[in-house]
Amino acid sequence: MSDIDTLEPRTAEPAPAARKELTEALLYLDAVTVTFDGFRALNALSFTVDPGEMRAIIGPNGAGKTTMMDVITGKTRPDRGDVFFNGGTTDLTKLDETQIATLGIGRKFQKPTVFENHTVIDNLRLALKGQRRALPNIFRRESAAERERIDEIFETIRLTEHKDRLGGALSHGQKQWLEIGMLLAQDPKLLLVDEPVAGMTDAETAQTAELLREINANGHSVVVVEHDMTFVRDLGVRVMCLHEGSVLAEGTLDQVSANERVIEVYLGR
Amino acid sequence: MTFSARLRRLAGGLLLTLFAFCAGPGTEQAMAQGSSAPDISAPLAQLANDNYGDTEAALGALALSGSPAAAGVVAALADGKLVFSTSPRQVYIRGDAGLIDPLTMQPVADAPAVKPVRVNNRIRRAIDAANGALSLVSPDPAKRMEAANAVGRSRDEAALPALDVALAKEADPKVKSAMTLARASIVIGKEGISPAERIAAVDLVAAEGNQEALAILRSVPASAAPEVKQAAAAAIDAIERNLAMWSMAQNVWYGLSLGSVLLLAAIGLAITFGVMGVINMAHGEMVMLGAYTTFVVQELIRTYNPALFDLSLIIAIPLAFVFTGLIGIIIERTVIRFLYGRALETLLATWGISLILQQAIRTLFGPTNREVGAPSWMSGSFEIGQLSITYGRLWIIVFAILVFVALLATLRLTRIGLEMRAVTQNRRMAASMGIRTNWVDAATFGLGSGIAGMAGVALSQIDNVSPNLGQSYIIDSFLVVVFGGVGNLWGTLVGAMSLGVANKLLEPYAGAVLGKIALLVIVILFIQKRPRGLFALKGRSIEA
Amino acid sequence: MSTTQTRQPALLGTSGLVFLGVLVAAAVLVPILNLAISPDSAVHVPTYVVSLLGKYLTYALLALSVDLIWGYVGILSLGQGAFFALGGYAMGMYLMRQIGTRGVYGDPVLPDFMVFLNWKELPWFWYGFDWFPFAALMVLLAPGILALVFGWFAFRSRVTGVYLSIITQAMTFALLLAFFRNDMGFGGNNGLTDFKDILGFNIQSDGTRIVLFVLSALALGLGYLLCRFLVRSHFGKVLVAIRDAETRVRFTGYRAENYKLVAFVASAMLAGIAGALYVPQVGIINPSEFSPANSIEIIVWVAVGGRGTLVGAALGAVLVNYAKTYFTSGMLAPYWLFMLGGLFVAVTLFLPKGIVGTFYEWRARRRERDDIPGESPGELPGEPPLAEPKPAA
Repeated sequence: MSDIDTLEPRTAEPAPAARKELTEALLYLDAVTVTFDGFRALNALSFTVDPGEMRAIIGPNGAGKTTMMDVITGKTRPDRGDVFFNGGTTDLTKLDETQIATLGIGRKFQKPTVFENHTVIDNLRLALKGQRRALPNIFRRESAAERERIDEIFETIRLTEHKDRLGGALSHGQKQWLEIGMLLAQDPKLLLVDEPVAGMTDAETAQTAELLREINANGHSVVVVEHDMTFVRDLGVRVMCLHEGSVLAEGTLDQVSANERVIEVYLGR
Repeated sequence: MTFSARLRRLAGGLLLTLFAFCAGPGTEQAMAQGSSAPDISAPLAQLANDNYGDTEAALGALALSGSPAAAGVVAALADGKLVFSTSPRQVYIRGDAGLIDPLTMQPVADAPAVKPVRVNNRIRRAIDAANGALSLVSPDPAKRMEAANAVGRSRDEAALPALDVALAKEADPKVKSAMTLARASIVIGKEGISPAERIAAVDLVAAEGNQEALAILRSVPASAAPEVKQAAAAAIDAIERNLAMWSMAQNVWYGLSLGSVLLLAAIGLAITFGVMGVINMAHGEMVMLGAYTTFVVQELIRTYNPALFDLSLIIAIPLAFVFTGLIGIIIERTVIRFLYGRALETLLATWGISLILQQAIRTLFGPTNREVGAPSWMSGSFEIGQLSITYGRLWIIVFAILVFVALLATLRLTRIGLEMRAVTQNRRMAASMGIRTNWVDAATFGLGSGIAGMAGVALSQIDNVSPNLGQSYIIDSFLVVVFGGVGNLWGTLVGAMSLGVANKLLEPYAGAVLGKIALLVIVILFIQKRPRGLFALKGRSIEA
Repeated sequence: MSTTQTRQPALLGTSGLVFLGVLVAAAVLVPILNLAISPDSAVHVPTYVVSLLGKYLTYALLALSVDLIWGYVGILSLGQGAFFALGGYAMGMYLMRQIGTRGVYGDPVLPDFMVFLNWKELPWFWYGFDWFPFAALMVLLAPGILALVFGWFAFRSRVTGVYLSIITQAMTFALLLAFFRNDMGFGGNNGLTDFKDILGFNIQSDGTRIVLFVLSALALGLGYLLCRFLVRSHFGKVLVAIRDAETRVRFTGYRAENYKLVAFVASAMLAGIAGALYVPQVGIINPSEFSPANSIEIIVWVAVGGRGTLVGAALGAVLVNYAKTYFTSGMLAPYWLFMLGGLFVAVTLFLPKGIVGTFYEWRARRRERDDIPGESPGELPGEPPLAEPKPAA
């Protein structure tokens, strides 16, 4: 009798052999394929991200970078393949955007997306980790701890003097930072950052690199998609080059940019 | 057509035949019936007695005589034109000029004093029977056919002897089989018929497979042999199944007809909404304007050249297209172009425009329905099997398909179509390639409105032409476009047809209103399931 | 002390205070001018005007309910009239049951139209409506449950923007057709009318009409405060965030569909209350209240007053309806639709923020120019870009 009770959960669990190997990885993608009307956006894409790791992803347009983020964040369901989070404990392909966000995956969009009709501070308040359910939020009051946390984030993203301006009134670069600040407020385990320095000045680019390194140093894993090679060099992290939906090369930036196939893809023949 | 209406037509036909008899010389009849015209002098003499019993007996003899002259006599009796003189005892027909000899059809030279042969209700019934029997031997095969069918439907046992006489003489195989069927119809319900004969009759009638056959088969008397009843029951079953299929087919046909109306109403919307992203609530009013264009065209034709009436719709179609197209372009240039990218605001502004257009028409033409006539080629119907197809519906379906194909061709094959698609896909790129996007926007909106106008011409044939005409189509049109998938003309086609057919298939079970409600609920639920419609455009749409 | 310690603005801004002030003044003055002033006096308010004003107030409450979801969540419901009508029918059913034997046929239980249709007993869904608390509950529940079911399906499957508008329109159209049917048991074409009294008071008497007017003013005031409280809460900020960037909200971990659903149901219930107060004041409820055109007209009130400004929605409802009463009663009647149509077009083209929205903008600009620090605008920041979030490739 008790045998059955204890046995049941064990037999119910599929326990694939692969799981054991990936207990270390925070994010695990294996053979992920996504097709849109016959077009293969992702082609058996596999890679892992370790806890506390920062990873840069480069690749020409249409390489599948945005689709990859869509798959990880639950916006797009893969046709085939596994996507696991938290050392293989959670299957992301079964969850929706909101559940994945709650698990601790934050995403910054390619086009900066802040709440334009809210003040900067309200943007952070909305993003701040905490109560997400509708009814309790009608009567929610801000706690002192939350206020402090927001102050900290303001210092990190350097927008303190803009806190009462509307999100929509910020400059492009400021919006990028506000969005990164909102990610920080969510306190995710993994940040997916899509082209954070597009449209930034050189100084801003350098500051952003520093900001991301700081965030990574505080224990957040970060995946950055970026075209700007100077910025990627500034990050000084492991680089992965995507092409036609799969990994073309992986290594340091120097290794990857010396790779013949990468050169071929970027420069053509 | 109802049974009594058919009888009336039969009677009318008989009178016409008689007229020909009276006016023409008697040679034709002789040729049709062969040289040996039966002798009817005996019953004629009986008629001259002016005694109800004799008259009835004479009518019976005339009916069975198969003589063409007999028909003239019977008709004259019915009209009170059969007269008789006492010395000599003889009957005549009172013609316009004077008395006519019923046998020779020649005027009588020196007319004696005459009195009409009297008629009472009993005689009138006998006249009807004689008329039916006589048309069974009419020289015109079409008349004989009709008479056979009428007898079959009446299932009057009294007609059996006449029918047997006619059958014996009949040479035309088609008429003969109709008479055989008529005989079988009578025999089925008659007492004292052998089981074998009755079963043969059941088989014959069952082969017809229509509502009437069903009624005839149900007339098998309770006293009939069990095997007969069994055969009849089996035949009834088969016919009912068959009829259910036909009625389903008929509903599908009605559904396609409704679908083509929806398609006509929605297809312009598929352009303005699907392609341009403008929610044009005034679309229904464009349809309404098209219908009023038809009305004006017909009024002008009635006033100046009534002979052109049959062409009124053909004339109205291009005029409606141009007129509503121009109105559309004016609306686009003055209002819509300031609202691109703000779909919900176009909804409000165009709703305002629709109110203005409705009120304008109400002011100009009054609030009541205007009469739009149907040209002759739009009226009437024909039958395929048990399917009744009216020309009006048929032409509207054809027209809807033509409009659809023309629109598809315009978008695929013409320069302006190419430019429209280019502007929809990437406005800035199109502009930088030298396409005048402003002009293309106006043309696209004009095209959508113009198509709505043409739809109005078609709808003027099936709906009341009133200022509210458009209102009744706008919700359905939007549902069709959304159901089919926005931005996909094929989706609109499939959407319109499936909603039309579904509506008509639901109606027999739920009734018109509940069917409509059910359909609305189904579409609402469907949109939950597939928020982008039947033929959604897939792709990596990143909303943020 | 924290650097981000910002002053939370009071629940009511200037315009909100003015609005409530006017409302209170009307609720006090109108009864006095009706009851205490001689009918001969120039300032006497006749009873029919009291009912007319009461009707405007219920419309204003209805407009608030639309603004809550359209202005703050971006849900353009073209079926809000359905919730209003359902609330109205719930009240109408109570009033029908109160007629008792005073009906034409004198049946103690069955309303006249059922006797006329040869019905022998009361349909089950009419049970309980003779008891006011039950009817009052149904005023909230009938629209609330419809909104809950409809919204639960629609928001979960992420039907948004135009699509949502079209299916809400289909919803009210389906209800229109249904309520026209005699078999539905709601009086068919004629609806419910010939009411006699409410809670024992003669529905025609001046006193009852005054009380209904004051109740309408009270409901509008409370409705305004409720909406104001909602949109200024954390919940309300999420709503505006959903309006402007729904995807972002989802990626931030909020269940956007639940927020929408709560707002939608609250809005439907407000509309239901408005309908329930409307019916005794106009004396009839019939299926035409479900007509899609009615629902669109509500949208115009809000657009005229100022979408996303609660005071504007209420003001728009009163202004447009006053204009409607004024024009449709005189020689200009045939031209009213021209004017209403023109108003639609003019507002969308020239006054996209509405009267109050434009006023706020003007005030904000002037403050900026004069560099007056401090006071934030009375309503929620900014005016929404009315378009739904544009999909970017």
